[in-house]
Amino acid sequence: MHLETFAHGHSLFHRMDPRAKLLAAAAFSIVVGVSTTLSALWAALALGIVVLLAAQLPLLPLLKRLWAVNLFVAFLWLVLPWRLELGQGWNWSLVWDPRGLALAARITLKTNAIVMILIGLLSTSPINNLFHALAHLRAPEKLVQLFLFFYRYLHVLHREYHKLSWAIKARGFQPANNLHTYRTYAHLAGMVLVKSYDRAERVYQAMLCRGFDGTYWLLDHFHWSRRESLFSIIFGAALAGLIALSLGAGPWS
Amino acid sequence: MELIKLKGVDFAYEGRPPVFQGLDFSLSSGNRLGIIGPNGAGKSTLFMLAMGLLTPNKGRVELFGEERKSEKDFHSARVRLGYCFQDPDDQLFSATVKEDVAFGPLNQGKGKQEALLLVDQTLARLGLQGFEDRVTYHLSGGERRLVSLATVLAMQPEALLLDEPTAGLDTETEKRLEEVLSQSSLSWAIISHDRSFLERTCTRILRLQDGRLREIEA
Repeated sequence: MHLETFAHGHSLFHRMDPRAKLLAAAAFSIVVGVSTTLSALWAALALGIVVLLAAQLPLLPLLKRLWAVNLFVAFLWLVLPWRLELGQGWNWSLVWDPRGLALAARITLKTNAIVMILIGLLSTSPINNLFHALAHLRAPEKLVQLFLFFYRYLHVLHREYHKLSWAIKARGFQPANNLHTYRTYAHLAGMVLVKSYDRAERVYQAMLCRGFDGTYWLLDHFHWSRRESLFSIIFGAALAGLIALSLGAGPWS
Repeated sequence: MELIKLKGVDFAYEGRPPVFQGLDFSLSSGNRLGIIGPNGAGKSTLFMLAMGLLTPNKGRVELFGEERKSEKDFHSARVRLGYCFQDPDDQLFSATVKEDVAFGPLNQGKGKQEALLLVDQTLARLGLQGFEDRVTYHLSGGERRLVSLATVLAMQPEALLLDEPTAGLDTETEKRLEEVLSQSSLSWAIISHDRSFLERTCTRILRLQDGRLREIEA
């Protein structure tokens, strides 16, 4: 299982301290999330595109990822412009409301801008580095541990799931639309769940045997240099621009 | 000195027939015990009782000459024993090899520099130089087993408890494990189904069957 498609590369963002990138991405998401003016949202999208270009990611997987996101957004375009109007009794009708289109457009811009920034800034670091960066940024310790364990054992559970599904295939199981199939999948899911519970128990015991007392140790340290400071200043200025635009200070609002 | 002593231990998993009734077991410094026995005889259960991970229904557990009852009693004794679990995936929970091997020493109260030095030494001893920053879940089965052994060796324990250390190892890696053991001066108890491996690494072999330990000719 490979979840870190974009984590290895040579761009500026691949080399940057993940703490700077985490802070930037979080601030950007909040600002864009509460912005409402179209000018601010277009500017946010432009910033997203700039960051993506700077990250120098392989094009095809990138497009696939953006496609997956926009598939969800497409449903909003289908649903939002329609309003349900209830008459008396059982009378009801769907009414076309163009205000829904404007809303869908804003959501599309926001979603794409945020996703682009997240891909450009966060997926350019290995996931474990992001968790460590969170720990260094004083995120709640329990939360960070939860993420770390989740990611570590996701791989193990994935492998266990595969072993089980191979085992049922090896005995001639072919999925079809029948009760036997559903029952088999239910057993499979149940088995993975039970196994993960047992696994959690054993991992905890193994940790106890090495003297675990609740402390999670951090060994790696990141390096905050002038590059990170410069990036923070430039990105901060861009965010200030977005805020100004969303407050209506821009020329086109 | 007696490192581990179980005296008159009764144990049963809930709702199942008893595993042990009046079991006695002892590991003294200098001992090298091999434990063999059929599946489900309670070999791993024996280690877990000794480490205080399971609580006996009756009987005494002594570690380093003191009776241990509560979690707190066991905590200080556990870090002096190196218990290596049967499945390396249970043992290796950190993202990188370095973090996992350093985990035990750091829990023992060693400083970061000292812990990292121990990581280097232990990995070198097992022929795993350059593995520090490898990601644990991308290691092969044999590598994972050696690294999980490194995680307990780095704690500089007084005795090793190894549960099926050769399972899934190719002959070459098994040889490496044997070399590491033969160069060490530790005491140990090893669970294995591989009688010849036990004969090469242990001085006494015990068979666990029907809840009893019997010495067999090595």
